[in-house]
Amino acid sequence: MSLTLTHYLVLSAILFVIGITGVIRRKNLLMLFFATEIMLNAANVALVAISKFTGDFGGQMFALFIMAIAASEVAVGLGLLILVYKKYGTLDLDSLSTLRG
Amino acid sequence: MEAIAFYIFGALITGLFLVTVISKNILYSMSALAAGMVLISGLFFVLGADFVGAVQLVVYSGAVMALYAFGMMFFDATRDVKEKNAPAGRIFLLSGLSALILVVIFAAPQIGKNIKPLVTGVEGANNPENIGAILFTKYLIPFEVAAVMLLVAMIAGIVLASKKMDVSLSELASDDLVGDDQTHEIKEHK
Repeated sequence: MSLTLTHYLVLSAILFVIGITGVIRRKNLLMLFFATEIMLNAANVALVAISKFTGDFGGQMFALFIMAIAASEVAVGLGLLILVYKKYGTLDLDSLSTLRG
Repeated sequence: MEAIAFYIFGALITGLFLVTVISKNILYSMSALAAGMVLISGLFFVLGADFVGAVQLVVYSGAVMALYAFGMMFFDATRDVKEKNAPAGRIFLLSGLSALILVVIFAAPQIGKNIKPLVTGVEGANNPENIGAILFTKYLIPFEVAAVMLLVAMIAGIVLASKKMDVSLSELASDDLVGDDQTHEIKEHK
């Protein structure tokens, strides 16, 4: 039994759904960042699999650029996270709702 | 052989990422995420994308996880995260979204049956050689832009994280932390 593209796409979809579950369910900001990383990785798996099964190198290029973007996102995001923690003393999203209409 | 590796890696990655999403402890969550990243690079090696797998190891399980570990020095990592459970409306939204994504991804290979490869690389060259040749010809400008973006992110990270690094946090009032750099300096000069 050989692997097809669909195998990899299904695995990628499962990982992406796990990431979305994390984003919707978690209330801690750091956990939200972890879930975002999971979603980016799921996209990478799909891109590299498509790149292999179509013989096109564009998918692997885009996977590389996604990694660069993820690295810079983490650098800026962690800086902001540290600022939020210094200001409010917590990373809980529910206690950060200071804008009341 | 490839199928065995795929199923083992797939099951392990899914389990580890589930631990990441479900666990109440930040430290467990981060460790599971790092292990999952390493296994995803194994998946890339199975797919024959050697260079992307190596970059995945270096960037994700090396740099990004080290950055998270440094960031955790500022937070209380041993305490459990207390959260309220999501209401039922969100869970319905979640299941709807996942169903939609699954349908789209199952349908995508059928829609894209007759895709022709645009960037094929050289016959007989190995994967890193092809990646290098294509990255520095066809994708040169995105590469440079990504380099500039990483520089911007580095400066932003330094500026954001090093704000008031020299003052003890417990001695500061909460509104003293944001946006008063100039008044602070004026006081010091007096």
